[in-house]
Amino acid sequence: MSRLTHLDELEAEAIYIIREVAAQCEKPVMLYSIGKDSSVMLHLALKAFYPEKPPFPFLHVNTTWKFKEMIEFRDRTAKELGIELLEYINEDGVARGINPFDHGSSYTDIMKTQALKQALNKYGFTAAFGGGRRDEEKSRAKERIFSFRNAAHAWDPKNQRPEMWKLYNTEIYKGESIRVFPISNWTEKDIWQYIKQENIPIVPLYFAAERPVVYRDDDIIMVDDDRMRLYPGEVPQLKKVRFRTLGCYPLSGGVLSEAVTIDQIIDETLSSVESERTSRVIDKDGGAASMEKRKREGYF
Amino acid sequence: MNGLLKFITCGSVDDGKSTLIGHILYDSKLLYADQEKALLLDSKVGSRGGEIDYSLLLDGLMAEREQGITIDVAYRYFTTEKRSFIVADTPGHEEYTRNMAVGASFAQLAIILVDAKQGVLVQTRRHLRICSLMGIRHFIFAVNKMDLADYSQERFEEISRSIWDLTEDLSLKHVTIIPVSATEGDNVTVKSDHMPWYQGETLLSCLEQTEITEDAGSGFYMPVQRVCRPDHEFRGFQGQVESGTVTVGQSLTVLPGNETAKVKSILVGDRSSDQAGVGQAVTIQLDREVDVSRGNVLTDQEQLPVSKEVKASILWMDEAPLKEGNDYLLKLGTRMLPAVVKRIEYQVDINTGEHLPAHEIGKNEIASCLLEFSQRIPVDEFKRNKTLGELILIDRISHMTSACGVVEQVENGDEKPYFEKGVLRAGGYIFEEFYFNLENAFLSRQKTKEITYRQGDVVSVSGDSFHYPDFFDIISLDDSVAVLVRNQTILDIISLDDYSYSGLPILDERGFALKISSKEDLSNCLHEFNDLGADNKIGFHNKWSKFETYRRIVCNENFWII
Repeated sequence: MSRLTHLDELEAEAIYIIREVAAQCEKPVMLYSIGKDSSVMLHLALKAFYPEKPPFPFLHVNTTWKFKEMIEFRDRTAKELGIELLEYINEDGVARGINPFDHGSSYTDIMKTQALKQALNKYGFTAAFGGGRRDEEKSRAKERIFSFRNAAHAWDPKNQRPEMWKLYNTEIYKGESIRVFPISNWTEKDIWQYIKQENIPIVPLYFAAERPVVYRDDDIIMVDDDRMRLYPGEVPQLKKVRFRTLGCYPLSGGVLSEAVTIDQIIDETLSSVESERTSRVIDKDGGAASMEKRKREGYF
Repeated sequence: MNGLLKFITCGSVDDGKSTLIGHILYDSKLLYADQEKALLLDSKVGSRGGEIDYSLLLDGLMAEREQGITIDVAYRYFTTEKRSFIVADTPGHEEYTRNMAVGASFAQLAIILVDAKQGVLVQTRRHLRICSLMGIRHFIFAVNKMDLADYSQERFEEISRSIWDLTEDLSLKHVTIIPVSATEGDNVTVKSDHMPWYQGETLLSCLEQTEITEDAGSGFYMPVQRVCRPDHEFRGFQGQVESGTVTVGQSLTVLPGNETAKVKSILVGDRSSDQAGVGQAVTIQLDREVDVSRGNVLTDQEQLPVSKEVKASILWMDEAPLKEGNDYLLKLGTRMLPAVVKRIEYQVDINTGEHLPAHEIGKNEIASCLLEFSQRIPVDEFKRNKTLGELILIDRISHMTSACGVVEQVENGDEKPYFEKGVLRAGGYIFEEFYFNLENAFLSRQKTKEITYRQGDVVSVSGDSFHYPDFFDIISLDDSVAVLVRNQTILDIISLDDYSYSGLPILDERGFALKISSKEDLSNCLHEFNDLGADNKIGFHNKWSKFETYRRIVCNENFWII
């Protein structure tokens, strides 16, 4: 047999991890955020158990501020694949009118972190797959593939369990849980090349198209619906943009681009001088350590 | 282009590990603009007085940046024109040795940093021993901070000599030594003008060129992760091929248990295939119903050992010390089961490599131990079949991963014959020969090959030292199993709970007659065994069993004493 390619190796590693969780953890769930990494994760989960369907549900924590196209894509995907998709919204946050314009970092905390914790508690999930990658950010680069969380969902970065070879320790007490990152060792480039190789469907927002946007500070923000608050004098203009990462539309910065095929996206990614996280407005909040802080509080 | 290289940097505190990797990333233009901007900003407030502090690229935790040290292993991904790399930058502090070991378990090559001023330190030796223990075979020693040692060739050669001594002790084969300065960049990615006396490669080109030869492994084996049963038609065994190749039509053995079947179909991911090889995630269907579950191993190697006792070299990582007799959860392959540390053979002196007697092992120490598992499992020497020789021990209360280790030797003391059906299993010497040695007056069992008796097997009821009836029952009180022998054939193997008196002679698993000739006798015997058998085994056996009914003592010179 010839040597496995780099992508084959990464795929096999991820499938091994996903199967280990299904075999060893009591009640797993796969977080599904509709982005490209989630699309890859979903694809890996389908492959890992074929011809069986994944033996766990998928959970989308909805902040209610996602791009319309994301929600359409989500519902279509779940229906076509026949997977069990759960949606969780922090209704208390909605009732209090928490939104990304007025509430800044508490919006992220309430509608994402708190919502996630509520959802995990509600269903009693003991293990949750996430699509985090170590190349994304410095505190992620330090995190184990099987990342232990206490009953308050908090991460203790100074006291992580040693993780040797692929002998994953999944022992926990009731109330505790494990976050599992099967694509820890993938880079953004690997993700795109794999999407291409496997022909994985992704949300059309990743491809350049003319979209109504406004320029704010250094960011290009899409006006996805009429809840978008425009500053006085601000007028949406049509620009050919695409998104490197997807989330809540008021917090996702687009980039000007002509890339309409995966190959063109890969070319742009390879020659990019900015890391993908610069397009997430949320990551600029709180300086170098903001991700670690949020993770300690239970964020993914 | 060479394949992906996974490597680690290790060495003592402040030897400049993070700085070295940061410098490679910086020099190779592998940073995004925003990362570079953040680095320049962070450096302004850092400890290098405004000079670029490359280590800040890797030390990502708040506590690390505050204290200026590396606490946990960080992974970075980069690609040069010649090769893709994943580097695990590991902490140097003794306190965080276990995090360094995490990186070592992942790597194919280790860069060991040595401070040119300080030379080889205890922590350098510790890291080298751990790397070697975890199976790393390729080493680059970067003698760092040459700028602070006046780029002295003499100093470099002096340190090189102590490195060679050390690598010879550990029989390391692939060793390169390079003089560098991680902060100034000498011999990191470009050749240094300060050290014209050094003729070798730069560190980066060394990394790009090192060829990693993986052991191809002799035969095929795959630990089963899970059984895939989407419907009644399909039953596939899922796992990753750890060695060799598997082909449709090939005959495989299921370990433990030794049942065999042929491969009916193979899925690689979701695609059907005639063959699969090392590293691939597969689903294998067999051509007949065999008892396979998670933790079993599918293999074509006949000599793959199954045992419940191994000698292993372990790295102890827990605050609470390891003591002889402690029991843990052991994970090996895809199997998790209880295991006891029966004996600490010796502790390895981190500094000298000497074997020291010990009954207790502290954090970050290396020791050789005898481990006993609760069951017989497929297990092999790490150097022969890597995946079946890697293990971790998990504390049953704190759930901490307390130790990691590699199997050095599989003990074969457990060559006991067994009766087996499904989950039922009972050891028994009933069909073994015992001989009396005239010289030393020992009565001993002839050494036999391990054998498993199953339902339907024909047994030999007569031997040199025994003669049984054609119809009888065997009960094993220790294992709570009954074996029904009818017309010299094993009719069934059942749980003792389901056994009722049949009127046939009853023997124990050693071939002793049991003094049972009625239902009452049977129930009295079982009660007595349950009440006092465990405390007074000898008394119980002397009361209830009789050797000379079916067995006799014969003399023989040519046998093994066990």
